[in-house]
Amino acid sequence: MSLWNRHKIFEKNSIILIAGILAMIAIGGLVEITPLFYLKSTIEVVEGVRPYTPLELAGRNIYVREGCYVCHSQMIRPLRDEVERYGHYSLAAESMYDHPFQWGSKRTGPDLARVGAKYSDEWHVTHLTNPRAIVPRSVMPGYPRLAHTELDLTDMAAHLRTNRAVGVPYTEDQIKNAVTDLKTQLDPDSADLALFQKRYPKAAVRNFDGSVGNPTELDALIAYLQMLGTLIDLKLYDEKANLR
Amino acid sequence: MTSPSIASKSMTMGEAGLMSVFAVSAYVCFFAGAMGHDSAFSFHALLASAASLAAASVILNRYYERPAQLPPAQIKGRPNYNLAPIKFASVMAMFWGIAGFSVGVFIASQLAWPALNFDLPWTSFGRLRPLHTSAVIFAFGGNVLIATSFYVVQKTCRTRLAGDLAPWFVVVGYNFFILIAGTGYLLGATQSKEYAEPEWYADLWLTVVWVTYLIVFLATLVKRKEPHIFVANWFYLAFIVTIAVLHLGNNPALPVSVFGSKSYIAWGGVQDAMFQWWYGHNAVGFFLTAGFLAIMYYFIPKRAERPVYSYRLSIIHFWALIFLYIWAGPHHLHYTALPDWTQTLGMTFSIMLWMPSWGGMINGLMTLSGAWDKLRTDPVLRMLVVSVAFYGMSTFEGPTMAIKVVNSLSHYTDWTVGHVHSGALGWVGFVSFGALYCLIPWLWKRELYSLKLVNWHFWIASIGIVLYISAMWVSGVLQGLMWRAYTSLGFLEYSFIESVEAMHPFYIIRAAGGAMFLIGALIMAANLWMTVNAKQTDQIKDTGALQVAE
Repeated sequence: MSLWNRHKIFEKNSIILIAGILAMIAIGGLVEITPLFYLKSTIEVVEGVRPYTPLELAGRNIYVREGCYVCHSQMIRPLRDEVERYGHYSLAAESMYDHPFQWGSKRTGPDLARVGAKYSDEWHVTHLTNPRAIVPRSVMPGYPRLAHTELDLTDMAAHLRTNRAVGVPYTEDQIKNAVTDLKTQLDPDSADLALFQKRYPKAAVRNFDGSVGNPTELDALIAYLQMLGTLIDLKLYDEKANLR
Repeated sequence: MTSPSIASKSMTMGEAGLMSVFAVSAYVCFFAGAMGHDSAFSFHALLASAASLAAASVILNRYYERPAQLPPAQIKGRPNYNLAPIKFASVMAMFWGIAGFSVGVFIASQLAWPALNFDLPWTSFGRLRPLHTSAVIFAFGGNVLIATSFYVVQKTCRTRLAGDLAPWFVVVGYNFFILIAGTGYLLGATQSKEYAEPEWYADLWLTVVWVTYLIVFLATLVKRKEPHIFVANWFYLAFIVTIAVLHLGNNPALPVSVFGSKSYIAWGGVQDAMFQWWYGHNAVGFFLTAGFLAIMYYFIPKRAERPVYSYRLSIIHFWALIFLYIWAGPHHLHYTALPDWTQTLGMTFSIMLWMPSWGGMINGLMTLSGAWDKLRTDPVLRMLVVSVAFYGMSTFEGPTMAIKVVNSLSHYTDWTVGHVHSGALGWVGFVSFGALYCLIPWLWKRELYSLKLVNWHFWIASIGIVLYISAMWVSGVLQGLMWRAYTSLGFLEYSFIESVEAMHPFYIIRAAGGAMFLIGALIMAANLWMTVNAKQTDQIKDTGALQVAE
């Protein structure tokens, strides 16, 4: 009896066949994914990474909603030209609070991992409204409605709470003050400024879209873009300490 | 001798149960729609409410219309095959195919002429691109897979499809999922995980539908009249089971509110990236490869009237393919913040994957042994065979691009898009077209209206594919080289926008290639329309018999 005959057991019994398939497909996934949850070297030890402020989180949700990840990556590879073009290569720690991750897979437009603080708020206002007003040969869609759409503030605390449930370390204090914090980040004269800055150290506070009135989607999106890649002081980052 | 008794008609458990479930769901969804926190959720809940109501009344109506006895498993000693759900799925496949290709041509044009975004949220590239990918992969490809799998499993097991309402639940439920997913993208409801964009409630619904699909398929296998499970069914089974596992692994999410569309995925950062591309690459491996290889294993031998080339090769390449594919995901994350050891594993297995892939290609092509002359006279067979050739080409290109050095150039560029489309248009598209050209005449028991039109379809679509993929190869490599070009003084030579400008002519050629592929599909739709509406032929060519492997 040759080995080939032994294969009949799979061909004659659908349950054994399905068990064989499940066993085969389980191995690769288990070996590659499981260690990422317990190997300490997976995520570097760094200082400065904090959960998103409510305004930044709302902006990130707009980034997700509009499918920006379809054309913009947020993952700088450790290659000479990328580091010179976009800045220090991306660290796993920088996206550890990202649910979902936004590394992207295509650069129809440039990488945005370190776009924060690279351009002025006014640049972003004009560019998001009409990209070709600033970059004539750009193929990016314009998003003129963002400036006129008020940010949806319902459920803001629930957004933070849901993030905490999936592993982002928001405090009870941060969740309770989600809406206040969101408005405070747009108003440097706010009485709550000190408390906000205690809850979110070094977060930028200003009127991002430059217009008066209620917070807009443009405010949120620019607040998010302006903080991308700015949390870690990479001059102090010790590569050797995080050898993988 | 018993006289035929007049059976009293009563509802089956399935009819009564499913009708009550839909009645309750109509009410609950209506309530949820009224409570909705955002427009996408409310719209989908009301849509689900209306669909539930429609489903409940269709089931009731069907009960009144049908004879007391359910359809018999056999008529005059021959299996009484259940073909109606297959007809539905194959018509939907053609519909979604044309919809998906059209959106593809439109978004390709947007990259060439950005004014076509109209600066409206619902028509911008970011929302339409997932609509295109989902429409072609899951709506077109998914319906082709469900239709052919239900057909092949019945014929090769010589038994009627398991379940009475269950097959209908699968085909209609799956298309309802597509509707929810597609309209969700337009309204901005997305998880942003590529090829897994639908939000939590759509995912839950798909889980129910997919598990039913698995049960129907498996139950049909279990009650087969043939001693052996035919090779195509191994591949279908691997496809159905693995997609279920991938879907569950990649999509666990917590909604912000049960009355809202927004959710946050359980995985974060690097783990989320790994889960995503474990899913993403195996959506290619099991949805777009294993499933369509099953089509190859049934339709090529049938059409060529030759047995499958090698039984042993099919065993080896089946197990090797499903084992190796699962490891290949990390090649989508080369040089990223994913740990190096995972990247290296992903690269290694991707290269090894070349072998079982070509095993499948060889088994498909060599089935033509002794029947190569048919390629001259039968454009349907030619389409099937060329699809396998494209499969061989893409599965050589894939491992090449999975090598880290090559990937450092190709990643993030149009080369990836070109690679995907040589597989999607050439392999998945052509093998699906070939299968539908066979299946629709068999299902409706008609002769195919025109082989000449198939020939036109074949050539127009082929030239379209060549234009598409060569434009993307050139633009991808050009992009990659421009990004890493240095001047003699050691400065980066090009700004990013210069690389965008350089893409313009290639984006126009690509859109033209895509338009040709679409025109081919329109010719096909017309041909199939004429076929279905022609007079029924007396001869039924399809006997369901397959020659045994050598």
